[in-house]
Amino acid sequence: MGIENTGKAWENPTTAPFIRIESVTKKFSDFIAVNNVSLDIYKGELFALLGGSGCGKTTLLRMLSGFESPTEGRVWIDGQDMTSVPPYERPVNMMFQSYALFPHMTVEQNVGYGLKHEKLTAAQRKDRVKQMLDLVQLSQFAGRKPHQLSGGQRQRVALARALSKQPKVLLLDEPLGALDKKLREHTQFEIMNIQEKTGITFVVVTHDQEEAMTLSTRIAVMDKGVIRQTGTPTEIYEFPKTKFVADFIGSINQFAGTVKSVTRDKATIACADWGGEIDVSRDASVDVGHNVSVAIRPEKISINKKAPAKGLNAVEGKVIDLGYFGKDSLYRVKLPSSALVRVNRVNDQRGRETERVAQWEDKVWLSFEPSAAILLKD
Amino acid sequence: MAGVAPQRSGPAPQELELPGGKSGFRNWLDRQAWRDIIIAVPYIWLILFFVAPFIIIIAMSLAKSVIAQPPFKFDETWPYVTFENFERLFSDYVYLRGYLTSLRNALIATALCLLLGYPMALGIARAKGVWRNILLLLVILPFWTSFLLRVYAWIGMMGSNSWFNRGLTSLINVFLPAASEINSVPMMNSNFAVILVVVYSYLPFMILPLFANLEKLDYTLNEAAMDLGSRPMQVFRDVTLPLSIPGIVAGCLLVFIPATGELVIPSLVGNAGDPMIGRVINDEFSLNRHWPMASTIAVALLMLLVVPIMLYNRMQEKASEGVK
Repeated sequence: MGIENTGKAWENPTTAPFIRIESVTKKFSDFIAVNNVSLDIYKGELFALLGGSGCGKTTLLRMLSGFESPTEGRVWIDGQDMTSVPPYERPVNMMFQSYALFPHMTVEQNVGYGLKHEKLTAAQRKDRVKQMLDLVQLSQFAGRKPHQLSGGQRQRVALARALSKQPKVLLLDEPLGALDKKLREHTQFEIMNIQEKTGITFVVVTHDQEEAMTLSTRIAVMDKGVIRQTGTPTEIYEFPKTKFVADFIGSINQFAGTVKSVTRDKATIACADWGGEIDVSRDASVDVGHNVSVAIRPEKISINKKAPAKGLNAVEGKVIDLGYFGKDSLYRVKLPSSALVRVNRVNDQRGRETERVAQWEDKVWLSFEPSAAILLKD
Repeated sequence: MAGVAPQRSGPAPQELELPGGKSGFRNWLDRQAWRDIIIAVPYIWLILFFVAPFIIIIAMSLAKSVIAQPPFKFDETWPYVTFENFERLFSDYVYLRGYLTSLRNALIATALCLLLGYPMALGIARAKGVWRNILLLLVILPFWTSFLLRVYAWIGMMGSNSWFNRGLTSLINVFLPAASEINSVPMMNSNFAVILVVVYSYLPFMILPLFANLEKLDYTLNEAAMDLGSRPMQVFRDVTLPLSIPGIVAGCLLVFIPATGELVIPSLVGNAGDPMIGRVINDEFSLNRHWPMASTIAVALLMLLVVPIMLYNRMQEKASEGVK
């Protein structure tokens, strides 16, 4: 994957960013779609802009493609100021969410359309189209019109068309949004393979966190026109910096509390909802008396009938809901404080319903390692 | 059954049959007849007001003209019909010339309508929200005044003493040497006047179908073409124009067909020495009282117009079959 290729360019201070978004603001009359965003994207990255609808991710993408121009700030691509360059002169191509294939042209003509403007001989052009169709495995469909293709095939034509001009940057707007679940998984890996083969920098806009997590080298989580956090999928998931990011990515249990004591590598938080104290290791940069939140992912909590060993954060509760998903199950456990805790448990043992760890109304112990908890300060 | 515990046993509920225990006739009416009636209405309309009159016209075109009431008569011996009217249609230059004048005027007017209407339709389709509605309203607004009134207004404008004509005259004189300056532009009673008024009157029929077509086009296609390196003019040539062909064809047919058979405009502003075919039909019918000849000209005109349309439809069908 891209991570190995680029050797984490973003961690190397001497690498110059390939795309530089410099305090960019975009206003639509009164509405601020993008608010003073700065972002560096490096060569060969598969970068995801992740956020809900209206968070400004698409506007940011359209400013990279040139369809919108920033109200303030500048956009640089490969060392060139692109802020006022029109879309047809940018070394950037886009794969549209609706694919935007030309309905009156065949697959071949669609893929070759952008090459009309390149200085190529007819033979070179034909060659390139063939190469692109081979890349997306659509050679035998070259003569078809878009409406004769399935959704997945159309998506691949759109990808081939966007790649045909060998752009410096490929922008993908919700690339998997219109595909069904099985096809998404397949296409996801195909996109990653193509990114690796071509070495082009990909910028993906998506509202689907799973898509962002699996596809990308880094993710920028956006909300209300600003970037809340930028990092690798692991950083974003395991080390969210704010409540918003913790909540947006995956599901999470949060307990409000007050810092009671802090040692060198451990903080103890008094949480009324948890019904006691929670030890948090890894991050102890808080002051005694401050109000904080302890966040814990559902799959990091163990659920057991027996009381757990000492040294873990543990509490007893009652199962009030149980959802079975096959590979895992979701338990909703009510604590004595009447707070609800979501717990995910992988069904790693084969068994009947009666052999489950817990049933409805069962008393259970919940426990987690101090290192599994996330301390959120805002 | 409200309030009573439902009984699990017993015979199957009777609700499976249509409620109310309708008779067989009502049933048939509901299932079949209403649908048939609704489909039949437009057919009956077409048969009564198009097919039947058309058959009468065809029959009349195969009859002889007599001075009687009605002024036509079929032969009394086999084959009862005569083709002498059609023979005359092709031998008398008056009729051929009428067709040619009509086709030429209609073609020029259609082309001008397209040239004027396309940018207007595109502008309206690309306009935002309220503006679009206002512009559309402005296109339709002339229909609120009588068509005849508007033609008479043009007659006034084209007359040699009108402000329009005088303005045009002085504008032309700017470019002419002093010796050959003109007193007025002779516009009235010419094919130019016919084309001008036809373009003015039929422009909405070009704009509306074009607008309907252009409005539906997905603007992301234009963005995609631009993204792939096309400048705005190239985007128009490669994307907007080819995708608007159905709208262009619809608009052109809507202007061309009525313009070819137009009677009122050439009668009011046209050149009587070079009449369009509508006027020829009218003259045959009401001045000459030669109903069979008038019918013959009308039948031939219909063939002239319908055949290309049918060919075009066939072509479209084949094209859409080809891609399926």
